Amino acid sequence: MAVHSYNNIKEKIIERYLFVCALISIFVTISIVLVLLSETVSFFRDVSIIEFLTGTRWAPTYTPSHFGVLPLINGTLLIAIGSSIIALPVGLTSAIYLSEYANEQTRGIVKPVIEMLAGIPTVVYGCFAVLFVTPIIRKLVPETEIFNAASACIVVGIMILPMVSSLSEDAIRSVPHTLREGAYALGATKYEVTTRVVLPSALSGILASFILAISRAIGETMAVTLAAGATPNITLNIFESIQTMTAYIVQVSLGDTPAGSIAYKSIFAIGMVLFLMTFGMNLISQWIRSRYQEVYE
Amino acid sequence: MNLQEKRRRKDQLFAVICLASTITGILLLALLLCDIFVKGFSWLSWDFICSYPSRFPERAGIKSAFWGSIWLILLTAAIALPMGVSAAIYLEEYAPRSRLTKIIEINIFNLAGVPSVVYGILGLALFVRGLSLGKSLIAGALTLSLLVLPIIIISTKEALSAVPNSLREASYGLGASRWQTIRYQILPSAMPWILTGSILALSRAIGETAPLIMIGALTFVAFTPQTPLDPFTAMPIQIFNWISRPQPEFANIASAAIIVLLLVLLTMNAAAIILRRKYQKKLQGQ
Amino acid sequence: MNHEEIEISVKNFNLWYADNQALKNINLDIPRRKITALIGPSGCGKTSFIRCLNRMNDLIPTVRTEGEMLLNNENINHKDVDVVSLRKKVGMVFQKPNPFPSSVFENVAYGPRIHGEKNKQQLAQIVEESLKNAALWDEVSDRIDRSALSLSGGQQQRLCIARTLAVQPDIILLDEPCSALDPISTSKIEDLMVKLKEQYTIIIVTHNMQQAARVSDYTAFFLHGKIIEFDETKKLFKKPKEKSTEDYITGRFG
Repeated sequence: MAVHSYNNIKEKIIERYLFVCALISIFVTISIVLVLLSETVSFFRDVSIIEFLTGTRWAPTYTPSHFGVLPLINGTLLIAIGSSIIALPVGLTSAIYLSEYANEQTRGIVKPVIEMLAGIPTVVYGCFAVLFVTPIIRKLVPETEIFNAASACIVVGIMILPMVSSLSEDAIRSVPHTLREGAYALGATKYEVTTRVVLPSALSGILASFILAISRAIGETMAVTLAAGATPNITLNIFESIQTMTAYIVQVSLGDTPAGSIAYKSIFAIGMVLFLMTFGMNLISQWIRSRYQEVYE
Repeated sequence: MNLQEKRRRKDQLFAVICLASTITGILLLALLLCDIFVKGFSWLSWDFICSYPSRFPERAGIKSAFWGSIWLILLTAAIALPMGVSAAIYLEEYAPRSRLTKIIEINIFNLAGVPSVVYGILGLALFVRGLSLGKSLIAGALTLSLLVLPIIIISTKEALSAVPNSLREASYGLGASRWQTIRYQILPSAMPWILTGSILALSRAIGETAPLIMIGALTFVAFTPQTPLDPFTAMPIQIFNWISRPQPEFANIASAAIIVLLLVLLTMNAAAIILRRKYQKKLQGQ
Repeated sequence: MNHEEIEISVKNFNLWYADNQALKNINLDIPRRKITALIGPSGCGKTSFIRCLNRMNDLIPTVRTEGEMLLNNENINHKDVDVVSLRKKVGMVFQKPNPFPSSVFENVAYGPRIHGEKNKQQLAQIVEESLKNAALWDEVSDRIDRSALSLSGGQQQRLCIARTLAVQPDIILLDEPCSALDPISTSKIEDLMVKLKEQYTIIIVTHNMQQAARVSDYTAFFLHGKIIEFDETKKLFKKPKEKSTEDYITGRFG
């Protein structure tokens, strides 16, 4: 029995250790929140929360300085919406192609290729935007500024495309085959089966993938920093320079901002807004997905 | 046009649209790669890989960035892999199906979607200033570890849950303890997939730029780091630095550096595939 | 039953899956070094019962049990019992052959190894003996380092038996061991069981009436989570006392 009690102690120690590792994820979340919160609170000692949320000028380095977050949110949303307009339809239709039209062989080749787009570092997309996309846009629309939202929208769209396509495809493929057969047996065309039977059944999974992709676009940093510029603006004109929340955070940290200064604190406040937005969207996406899983299981 | 004909047309049009979308994705990838290659290829040389960065385009190289990235990825792997795999083992093999477990799992899933720049802020406050590690390799590696930890946990969990239950039963049935079962049966079976997932997570880390900028790694570094406490630069940072400069030559140098970065990524992915094949063969006893 | 030595004595045993009672007040004395067959229609509780004998049900979180199962006067369902040493004493062979994805040798050596045997010569000897006892040695002695997954289904199942023998249990539980096998492999395993009962107490769950009649010494008939009848196999098959037993073994239901 002595051997076994020794083994039992060993087993217990291993279990404890593994448990602590699992708890680290909770600690990471808590420390993100605490770190953001502490500096954010001290930021709001200097800047009123009303001004922050409703002000329409973001000029942290001017005197007098302005800390209205709306221009940055405008920039972020402009990129998120612009890239979604590109990525959501293209991603969804290519998901439909892969799941409903392509044979296994084509799928086996095409899917990894599209997923390769997701593996390319974001700074590479930034370079692609600056070196390739922007010159083309400027040729087509001559009044485009060197830094502009359009170019960033396009590359962020390309970046989130594989996410939409592969998550939507998972959702579409998980629609039971019997549903399709039922519709085909009534003489429906593939288009009719897909749009009236398959897509509605996969809707929640598709929505979840859309939300995740938009959340990814909101958090995207390098491509928008490089391509969209650093001009906080309230505008819907995609040919102008703008600034997103993420780009502002990078801009501040590029300069040598002393800890404790108001500019330093402001990145935590912006980081907090960013964290809440993306974390919230991920939660919603997961909630939608868990609802649709119940339908089939 | 009668109704039948109309329906048939619509069907065909839809098929064409779907195909076109898919091809668009592939074309964009090809376009991106071609553009980078055309601009960067002629700048690529052995000297480029063996030289330190310079103000003069023709002398600039990525030696310090290359070795910085290698250091960074090795340290990140050393920190994040044991921790992530352990956490996944706990969640998949030990954790009771309780509320707390559920919360942890949802939380991990959401952490994987938090923007990398937020991890950068965390790294800045926690490691650079909090632990006073400064703008060092270890601060960078710790920051990237937090970033890839959720990805490693999720992929390892999937790998473990794919191990058939009959294997667990067989081992328990012989009187193996939980840890023995995990150590000798479950981990070896799941290893190919754990490896693949981990390498993919690390290849995400090697391409990350924003968190490293946040912790202040964007400085002129003309030496290769010797210890984890040394300051460093990394390939994506160097690319960002070059592309931000006004001289057009630096754009081409950035492209050349991108080629090197993509080659490193390709090597990692190829390694993942080869390792997986090898392990699978071993498991099947061929 | 009086003349038999009793290996396991089950008293007032109940089992629930969450709120669903799967075993109701089971009382059963399992004789030593005999083959006891558990028969009954699907869902009658026989597999749930056999999995309690080495606490495999511990792995299912919703299972709750009540009552006693005495092995050497120790209640194996007591929470202080070390399941690891219990399972060493009570081996189990499953419905589908489930060899480990490693070599034939590693499969058999795994058990002794985890229980602390390190000596290589000793291990080789245990492996050879176990494979011989499982009537598999002649077929695999030349490819002992090949993957166990390359064996046929019947060979795999005998390998699983050999693997169980290697940890030297007192009792072997077989949960429908032949249900996934062809008739020839089945008869090989039946022969093996008869040979093994000289040294081991064997409990087998089976759907196959002929198999129960051919190999077992005692048979228990389960229905709706209860034991309807338990007797010597000869008596039970020749002259069942209960109407439902008769209906079942003559194939009128189930």
